[in-house]
Amino acid sequence: MSTDTTTEPEKAAPDPVPAGEPQRSGLPSWAVQSLVSLSAIVLALIVGAILIIIGDDQVKAALGYFGAAPMDTFSAAFSAVGEAYKALAVGALGGVTPITESLTQATPLICGGLAVSLAFRTGLFNIGAQGQLIMGAILAAWVGFAWHLPPGLHLIVAVVAGLVGGAIWGGVVGLLKARTGAHEVIVTIMLNYVAIYLLQWLLTTTTFKRPGREDPISPIVDANAQYPQFGSTRLHVGFLLALVAAAFVWWLLNRSTVGFELRAVGANADASRTAGMSVGKAYFIAMLVAGALAGLAGTQQVLGTDLPLTDGVAASVGFDAITVALLGRGTPLGTVLAGLLFGALNAGGLQMQLETQTPLTLTTVLQAVIVLFVAAPALVRSVFRFLPKERGLGAVLAKGWNG
Amino acid sequence: MSESTTTADTVKVPAPATIEAPAERTRRLRVGGLMLVFALIGLGLAIGTKSGKATFQLTSGDLKNNLLHLPAQPVGILLGILGVLAAVAYVLRRIPQRYAGWLAAVLGICFIGAFLCWAAAGKTFPLANQFQGTLNFATPLILGALAGVLCERAGVINIAIEGQFLVGAFTAAVVSSTTHNAAAALIAAAVTGVLMAWLLAVFSIKYLVNQVVLGVVLVVFASGITGYLFDQFLQEDAAKLNTPSVLSAVKIPLLGDIPFFGPILFNQTVLVYLTYIAVAVVTFVLFQTRWGLRVRAVGEHPKAADTVGIRVKRVRYSAVLAAGILAGLGGSFFTVGYAGSFSKEMTAGNGFIALAALIMGRWHPIGAMVAALFFGFATQLQSQLQIIQTPIPGELLLMAPYLATIIAVAGLVGRVRAPKADGEPYVTE
Repeated sequence: MSTDTTTEPEKAAPDPVPAGEPQRSGLPSWAVQSLVSLSAIVLALIVGAILIIIGDDQVKAALGYFGAAPMDTFSAAFSAVGEAYKALAVGALGGVTPITESLTQATPLICGGLAVSLAFRTGLFNIGAQGQLIMGAILAAWVGFAWHLPPGLHLIVAVVAGLVGGAIWGGVVGLLKARTGAHEVIVTIMLNYVAIYLLQWLLTTTTFKRPGREDPISPIVDANAQYPQFGSTRLHVGFLLALVAAAFVWWLLNRSTVGFELRAVGANADASRTAGMSVGKAYFIAMLVAGALAGLAGTQQVLGTDLPLTDGVAASVGFDAITVALLGRGTPLGTVLAGLLFGALNAGGLQMQLETQTPLTLTTVLQAVIVLFVAAPALVRSVFRFLPKERGLGAVLAKGWNG
Repeated sequence: MSESTTTADTVKVPAPATIEAPAERTRRLRVGGLMLVFALIGLGLAIGTKSGKATFQLTSGDLKNNLLHLPAQPVGILLGILGVLAAVAYVLRRIPQRYAGWLAAVLGICFIGAFLCWAAAGKTFPLANQFQGTLNFATPLILGALAGVLCERAGVINIAIEGQFLVGAFTAAVVSSTTHNAAAALIAAAVTGVLMAWLLAVFSIKYLVNQVVLGVVLVVFASGITGYLFDQFLQEDAAKLNTPSVLSAVKIPLLGDIPFFGPILFNQTVLVYLTYIAVAVVTFVLFQTRWGLRVRAVGEHPKAADTVGIRVKRVRYSAVLAAGILAGLGGSFFTVGYAGSFSKEMTAGNGFIALAALIMGRWHPIGAMVAALFFGFATQLQSQLQIIQTPIPGELLLMAPYLATIIAVAGLVGRVRAPKADGEPYVTE
């Protein structure tokens, strides 16, 4: 987990914290942020350890005669935690297969995280990555199994279809927000459900249902439309596309005129309007691109890891993407690193469940606690007193409801 | 206007024509256009209705005596025409602006009526079930939305309602299973709701964490922790830990005997009655008490509140914690109020729908309740229509409440304004 733990060294754009407080440490801010993030992970692992201990049967048994042999309880607890975390680490990083599996798990999380964080930077809360991902997956899968095109072209067309599907689902949100003022949180949440039920309905139609199957599953996408895989692993070219997408978002936000407007609107919509920018246009563009990014995550699911379209295609990626974006503090590099960390936790968590019967839900707790602690550096510092003081942490995305 | 007609000797001056702002005008035309489209769809459905009787079942119990037979097509067409008239009146501004909401309501009822006549032609539609189900679906939504109203009026965004639901549902199930005591289960649910609210309060008020971030993370946390405990304990020992008894309905004398609505509204569980009380109490407390005034003050302008001596953080803490009680109780509805056992992620996004209800209700308890009821109605209608079988596939019907919400938010509610300081941590300088 060593490389995954640092947050982004680059500076998040607008720093809304009052500049009055002096910086007290000689360390550069990215180093302090990394230290805080590392400490947050350590704290999360401690919370996880407590959960493992209370859930472990041997500990429960040993606790029954705690008075007689208290050390038994402690050693049982120690071994339970040790075995579980060892399985987690081995499952995430212990060899080529675990590492490629971690990267595979990280792939859609990175794209989904980018979709959420791009909207965040424009001052929009995109809770709708799930729906955008589903729409992308639907279109990509349909092109993938119903069209038959030459190699190369087929994949490109399918991916573009996925991008379009997501972009439509996201763009509608931006358009409604810009034209009618409909709150994007509600609209994205509602569109998630619409997408889920649309998917469920499509899987009952003759166009999408695999002949001869009763369960909701589509035909497998053509080999021409599948992302090429690396060797015999599950890792596919979609991962590289995720990195390209991150680089694109970085360029868009930091090097393009459009990106400047997006960030300006995100920092202060009223001021941007006064300065002559079209806030509505910024919302529309941000949600359009965000939707396309989530759509890309959908293609990675359906053309890379899953191959047939099922009603479980999105799993919880769209929601995990929100936590990934939060951990990544709204920057592309941060999102990539957070995606890698969560991918590793997912892959390791599966291994942990297999080997030690520690439920996968534990990794959900770990992920939530990590983000919670990273978002509250003051709390982390009150536990680990040695951490240097640094201003501006945790307030990167602080912003009111009214945008 | 009435004075000008009663005083005989004054020259009749036409009421000064209010000048409509361009934004108002576009809004009126957009909303009116949308209403007209709906009215025409309703009328179209009515015209296309098979002739015959639509039967509405007025009680959920005995079938014989409580059936209402209506000639489907004529009634539908009548309602359709009424709806069109309402929409046209709205577009042409023939009715004072303050009745516009009523016009929309008339149209909505006409549309639903026409739709029901179409769907129920030649069949029996269980109308009592429809209202009963509406209340069932709406109860947790109302409680959750009220919790949101309290938090957000005080300036703390509460996206974590879903998380509070989950822990409330979980503890209610476990405590009910182990103690067999309904009161204990509800109290436990409220307490864990407060614990989640406390996390929300500490992290947002003390540690100044972005509240949207925090809310989402707390939902993930709650789903993880209840999921983990479910996997480790409830699943292994379901007989002991996950067999809560569902609250039994208590009939209120007299009120419960009112025909049709009596049994629906007043033969319910304690939790439903608590919900009625909660709506009244939250409305009263927010708008009629000193504490409520303070809550609204710290949500709108914390600095001004601070200047006049209100302790901003303390007021915010109290509002968020009080909201936790409501959300925890709302969560308990899923297990002890309805389903009878806990399962992973059983709240299924209802916390987010409660959030939508509170925004649709414009941060007002009554508005939030109406929005929650609308949601409950649409959800229940969808499952009823699946039972009586309409040509529309079930999955598409399932979408209806969500699409309806989008249309309502985009077309009817439009730009909403949250409390001004909602989501902004307060830092004393």
